[in-house]
Amino acid sequence: MADLPTTTTYLETSQQDDTGVPSPTINTRGRFLLRHERTPQFVQPAHMSSGPSGGGGENTLYFVLVGATCLAGGAYAYSTLVGDRERYQQRITEIESRSSKPAAEPSTPAKTQPETAAQAVSEPTEASEPASAAASTAVEPTHAPYLLIGGGTASFAAARSIRARDPGARVLIVTEEDDLPYMRPPLSKELWFSDDPTVTETLRFKQWNGKERSIYFQPSSFYVSPTELESVENGGVAVLTGRKVMHMDVRGNKVKLSDGTEISYDKCLIATGGIPRNLQVIERAGDEVMKRTTLFRKIEDFKALEKVSRELKSITIIGGGFLGSELACALGRRSADLGLEVVQMFPEKGNMGKVLPEYLSNWTTDKVKKEGVKVLTEAVVKNVTYKEGKVEIKLKDGRVVKTDHVVAAVGLEPSVELAKSAGLEIDSDFGGFRVNAELQARSNIWVAGDAACFYDIKLGRRRVEHHDHAVVSGRLAGENMTGARKPYWHQSMFWSDLGPDVGYEAIGIVDSSLPTVGVFAKATAKDTPKAATEQSGTGIRSESETEAVAGSVAVGKAAPTPPPQQKEDYGKGVIFYLRDKVVVGIVLWNVFNRMPIARKIIKDGEEHADLNEVAKLFNIHEE
Amino acid sequence: MSYCKQEGKDQIIFVTKEDHEAPSNAELVEDDPNDPYEDHGLILPNGDINWNCPCLGGMASGPCGQQFKDAFSCFHNSKEEVKGSECIDFFRGMQECMQKYPELYPQEDDNESAPSGEAESFQTSNNANKNKTSSYS
Repeated sequence: MADLPTTTTYLETSQQDDTGVPSPTINTRGRFLLRHERTPQFVQPAHMSSGPSGGGGENTLYFVLVGATCLAGGAYAYSTLVGDRERYQQRITEIESRSSKPAAEPSTPAKTQPETAAQAVSEPTEASEPASAAASTAVEPTHAPYLLIGGGTASFAAARSIRARDPGARVLIVTEEDDLPYMRPPLSKELWFSDDPTVTETLRFKQWNGKERSIYFQPSSFYVSPTELESVENGGVAVLTGRKVMHMDVRGNKVKLSDGTEISYDKCLIATGGIPRNLQVIERAGDEVMKRTTLFRKIEDFKALEKVSRELKSITIIGGGFLGSELACALGRRSADLGLEVVQMFPEKGNMGKVLPEYLSNWTTDKVKKEGVKVLTEAVVKNVTYKEGKVEIKLKDGRVVKTDHVVAAVGLEPSVELAKSAGLEIDSDFGGFRVNAELQARSNIWVAGDAACFYDIKLGRRRVEHHDHAVVSGRLAGENMTGARKPYWHQSMFWSDLGPDVGYEAIGIVDSSLPTVGVFAKATAKDTPKAATEQSGTGIRSESETEAVAGSVAVGKAAPTPPPQQKEDYGKGVIFYLRDKVVVGIVLWNVFNRMPIARKIIKDGEEHADLNEVAKLFNIHEE
Repeated sequence: MSYCKQEGKDQIIFVTKEDHEAPSNAELVEDDPNDPYEDHGLILPNGDINWNCPCLGGMASGPCGQQFKDAFSCFHNSKEEVKGSECIDFFRGMQECMQKYPELYPQEDDNESAPSGEAESFQTSNNANKNKTSSYS
């Protein structure tokens, strides 16, 4: 509250004109004071009203009236200011007494506070801020023993792990998204195969064996409300949605959110994941192109693309990796029914060109084409423009593609904005936060999931962007946050299905630039992803691995189909990826439920003279 | 008959069933049962229950986690002739808690024991249809 100005100040700041009468300043107080000072002088001329300066008499009356108004105005202003100050003090004490109680407070009184506080005339603006901040922390926690930044798969796995190991733990998840934690793989697979027209609302998918589940890990009743987190008897997991952590104070063990709230923590997990990369040529192409481009990652992207697939006539996917190929296949299957043209283009020679050895990548590309996708290989985008109602993509080799909508699936940029304020190291080779083998960045800070560049004791430093890794690393981080001190040991796996005929599971470093040895058998009609789940009776292929992994079955058409057309070659088998003669990665090609053996071989890290002998361990000819 | 071909750095081997009939002579390293780093199943080497086992689903971490842990620990440590007979109160407490969250713990009669108790995630279609609401925001 500013002090009332002294008379001296006002006199100094007032301007004086030649007449010696100080001209009025904008401040009524000042005028009032000046008037008060000068009144004796002006009273005197009033006595000379009968003289030649008859105008002086009128002037006098004018001055008196103005003076009286100023007096009244000044008095009113003074009383308002004082009154407001009293009211403000009252409110602050009231809020402080309220915030010390953990009871939940409705936020509406909090909102009216800043409004009325701001109405005071010369009230400094800081008065309203502490009022609103104090009110909001009465609603939400200011301290979380376990703070998880990011609300994705890794974060949820960590929350579960912490709760399992630390009885009564209070875990707070802070996420930018508006959704509760959900699993990502069905967004590019199962949800597209659903027959349910309301799938974009329910986000539930049915697996081959009839089991249905939601993409959300848990329904909202699993979670505790953030306002109750500090008080609920056995602790719980609370999720603060729509809030981004903007700043991290490692020394003070606290973070600041996008709405200004501060939350302190004992242990913190950074599981911020990443955002989809875009092509520069698209970013430079202007708004009309950007409006017609999807960077696919979240639920809202799925909903938007699903709508587009029903309304438009042509979609082009740029990118030939997991996401691009899965989306291409998903859309390709609908293309006939919807009258939709689906195009996929990428610089490599075949789908999954960076993952599968060339012969297998070519074989896969043929399969993708059979799903109804127009595949353009060795396609490098030169520029993209919006012309005559179509998005026109020009390739470097001269080919042109005209389409209605573009999906860019060209990689993920790990979200490491917090590294700056937190003083955390970013890895220059792989991107992401650099952490040790126990996923720790600093004393009380761990990182898991897509954003973590960690040291794998067996395979070296790496960063992995797969679902199961998010689960495994999230779980490990949760264990270490509760004192386990375990390194990354349980090797995560990944899988992909490209239509009903091509499905594979993989583990370790699966990089097509490594030398490979593939051992194949002739496939029968029984060796498909669909058959795998029917046989094992589980709707989720990786249920035996980690329970929180989504179903991975591609849905075929209900009508009886002839046995899948398969060439003699590459029906099913095992592919070993070697680094210095040691197996560092394995792909199980249309061979399922053998992951434990693959994991064992990687863990051993031995040099095997004859990989055919190793392949025997997988019994690829059997079911 | 198996045959081999080489495509650049990639080797491809085709094998018939007969080729793979003979047992493998590949040597695998012996597993250390007490490996501290290894993920263990439901029961840890020292006899304790591994509450973080994926097999438990979210049973030990959900809203009724404490009740579940109490009940199952009692059962696990029970040395009675009818195992767990003295744990009735814990199980009742757990059941009462679970009834408060029908969405998470749909009422199934054989849901008491842990390994089959993945109440939350992997429901049969009956229960899923029962709870077919779309309000997961």
